[in-house]
Amino acid sequence: MPRIKVARKSTAIDMTAMCDVAFLLLTFFILTATARQPEPLPVDTPASTVKFKLPDVDIATLTVGQEKVFFGVPGQPIRVRTLELMGEKYQMTFTDEEKLRFSLMESFGVPIGNLKQIIMLKGDERNAAGLQPGIPTDSVGQRPSELHDWLLSARYATKELNNVDMRVSIKGDSREEYPSIKKILGILQDQNINKFSLITSLRADEK
Amino acid sequence: MAELDTSGGGKNKGGKVRSKKQSTRVDLTAMVDLAFLLITFFMLTTTLAKPQAMDLAMPDKEKDDQQELTVADNRTMTILLGDNNRLEWYMGLVDKPLTPPQVDNYGRNGIRKALIENSKKVIATTGDPSKGLIVLIKPSDQSNYRNFVDILDEMKVSNIERYAIVEISDPDIALLKRDGLYK
Repeated sequence: MPRIKVARKSTAIDMTAMCDVAFLLLTFFILTATARQPEPLPVDTPASTVKFKLPDVDIATLTVGQEKVFFGVPGQPIRVRTLELMGEKYQMTFTDEEKLRFSLMESFGVPIGNLKQIIMLKGDERNAAGLQPGIPTDSVGQRPSELHDWLLSARYATKELNNVDMRVSIKGDSREEYPSIKKILGILQDQNINKFSLITSLRADEK
Repeated sequence: MAELDTSGGGKNKGGKVRSKKQSTRVDLTAMVDLAFLLITFFMLTTTLAKPQAMDLAMPDKEKDDQQELTVADNRTMTILLGDNNRLEWYMGLVDKPLTPPQVDNYGRNGIRKALIENSKKVIATTGDPSKGLIVLIKPSDQSNYRNFVDILDEMKVSNIERYAIVEISDPDIALLKRDGLYK
């Protein structure tokens, strides 16, 4: 009696379709991923258990570390408008090129007098450690502090262009002493910004 | 899998040179592996890179301190943030605290126990869940930002709904100094 022979099938599968899908998805994720900008002021954010993701539009970020304050607001048109409003306040005019270069800066921390110099630097030179001294937070005489003006201009710009209220988030270094945080909270509260977000990194659950 | 042509050349029978038909199939396994690895990487980085945010609402800064809220002192717990990641807490008022001030640490074996205990006690004495514990957080100049975030996080973890960040007063600093939490 001849045995029934099970036909041996090849184990090779046609992977063309799978490969197509994989690369399609890969392309999608690469394109949607936003390249992370190098930060001029690296901070180590404290951990917390909150699981609320930060929105990425209409929210200004104050980075606080080493007793310096850096300011950043997302959106290129908003940055340009903020710069124009600041220019009006401080009687400075910015060329179109300077505006364009400024609109590509993620965050900065210089007194307004040195802003033009920083704008004209290249990206990696700008982010050199210790180059930018931070935005002045002290008021001079009757004049409010520069940080106050930046915040106010950014709020006006956001309201004008997007018609939403700008939110403020604070990204503090975990070793930062409390007085410098208190000072910033004071500046925010002077403008009646009473609600803000503290950026934290995620802590693993302790349970 | 990979089809390799191993049947060497030569042996031209009949003299005619025939171009060999080669298989067009390529082994895609390695390529697919790599593609999925990259997909996983990009998927994870896009969703995890977003920072977390903790919302904090402060009361209006009134220029005139007319409206002062009066709260029963048996419902208030004051937490003073000192140096070296330590804190001190007491119930009631600083000049006549209902419990002696205690030095404690952050984290679940430290202040969290005290918070949960006191919260239960206060609800038991008032007999009304809506009249729970009120926590006053007073960060001193020698505490750092991490302490500040930690204590706010503790409020969330122990479900304290009413808490406020208050400027530290001189008697409180004196208390911290007495217990060696402030230089």
